[in-house]
Parts: sequence; structure tokens; C-alpha cells
Amino acid sequence: MKAAVILFPGSNRERDALRALAKIANAEISLVWHGEHSLPRGTDLAVLPGGFSYGDYLRCGAIAARAPIMDAVRAHAARGGLVLGICNGFQILVEAGLLPGVLMRNANLRFVCRMQHLTVERNDTPFASHYAKGANIKVAVAHGEGNFTADAQTLDRLEGEGRVAFRYCDSRGVRNREANPNGSVHDIAGIYSQNFRVLGLMPHPENLIDPLVGGTDGCSLFESLASCCKAA
Amino acid sequence: MKARVFVTLKDGIHDPQGKAIEGALKALGIKDVASVRQGKIFDIELAVGERAAAEELLRGACEKLLANQIVENFELEVF
Repeated sequence: MKAAVILFPGSNRERDALRALAKIANAEISLVWHGEHSLPRGTDLAVLPGGFSYGDYLRCGAIAARAPIMDAVRAHAARGGLVLGICNGFQILVEAGLLPGVLMRNANLRFVCRMQHLTVERNDTPFASHYAKGANIKVAVAHGEGNFTADAQTLDRLEGEGRVAFRYCDSRGVRNREANPNGSVHDIAGIYSQNFRVLGLMPHPENLIDPLVGGTDGCSLFESLASCCKAA
Repeated sequence: MKARVFVTLKDGIHDPQGKAIEGALKALGIKDVASVRQGKIFDIELAVGERAAAEELLRGACEKLLANQIVENFELEVF
């Protein structure tokens, strides 16, 4: 698998993404500056890492979404290429129009940094094939603006098309107000594009790949991507 | 020409920052505050001389960047 990790001014989780892609997916990786106009030849997966691109000025992800490289990411997605946006990367994807909806300030106005359980809504996608359907996984969240919302029509479409990738839940897999860290509608933690090849999520699976640092529930996402690219 | 762009949250969009400010104002004893919604103002200097051209340029700027029209409205003032 060839992966391109996009670096924006203010990205700070790119090394975590690089480590997960190298260690778990055994990927050939390039780090691509946001001012570039193209992705490296043969890129299978573009990754928009977490961080605070442009200091979250204007709106989270808004300025990065208009960076020159984003036209190349958009074209890559239009060709059916894989795109993964994590945390600030998810914010950039919605601002760029690659995913619907918007990520608002956390409902309780607090930056939330904690371990978080999620349910894996489906496992027939390039990102989740190595998870069991309905699995309860534990990963990290760290964000101030992860409160996903969309108009009723968009939400109906997302749910109707089965495009919710992950939902917040508690350790028993139960969804409730306490388990939702940011107030997101329908407990949505991540969503897919219509063709299931673009995934945006607030949690950080790339940080859960080593038992020494909290767990390995993030590994399956990168194993899934590796399998998908191997099969292609 | 100079312009001022106002970006505000659409009606019905939850505004936790506005709510927090509203609570703080009430806590300060500032009476009769019914509600607060927070928005943004951009003061922009333009290198165009005609009002119509300025408004068109600013509308483009709002649609492309300054406002996220999923949740925000914008208004323009050119002077």
C-alpha cells in the first residue's frame, strides 16, 4: 500500500499516523506538504492527520480545506482512491465538502481528552474489514470541536445508506449521554462517503496500536486498509 | 472601498458559546438579557471602486471561505 500523509501548518499527529501506517499496514509512506498540487504517483490512501491546522483559525479545518493539495485529494477521492481523515483531518474533509455535515464546538464547551469506546457499525468497508461487525473498541479522543451535526435530510441519508462508521458508546456497548463525549447527533463518531472509500472520524485509532500505550484496538483499521490495497 | 462582513449562526443551530456568554452576563447581574448568539465580523478593505463589484466579490468570499453555509448566514455592508 502506498500512503500519502498530508502535512498542514499546525498538523501534529502526522507521526502517529506514519507509525501506524508503517508498523501495522507495512505501507510505503510519503509526507506531502499542503502547498503541493499533486499526490505521489500510485497513492492508494491519502491521510489527513490530526492537529490544529492554521491554529483552528476561522473554523476548524476551514483554511486547510482550501489548500492547494486538497484539489489533488478531491481528485483522488473522485477516482475512488482511499481517504482517511482523523480528528482535524475529519474537520478538513467536511469543510472541503468530501463528507457531509459539520463539526461544531463540543456541547459542553470542554476540550475532551480521554479513552472512548466505539461501536463498529459495519465491517464490509475498506477501513473496517478486520473488525467484527458491532464490535466494541476502545480508542482515544482528543478534541474541542467534534460535535457532528447535519440537517435532517442529510442525517436521514447517512443513516439510510448505512454511512455511519463508528458511534460513541460505553464499555458495555450501550449508547447514552455520558458515553457521548461531544454531543454529536446520533452518537456519530465517524462517517463514510457514499462509496465507503472516504472515512472521517474524530477518535484516534492510530494511537492504539501498542499494548504499552493503552491498547491495540486501532490496529484492525490499518490491517483492513492493508488488506484492501493488497486485494486491489 | 471598505466592507464589513457579518457571519452568524443560522436559527436553530445550537450555540454553546452564546449560551455560556448569556449565562455569564446574567451572573454579572446584567438584567433583561433574554438570549445571546455569538457571531463573527470581518473588516475588509477592497481594491475595487464599484459597490456592485464589491458585493459580488464579497459574496464569493463568503460562499468559498468566510461562512460555512451549512450552519452559518452572512450579511454584507459596503461603505
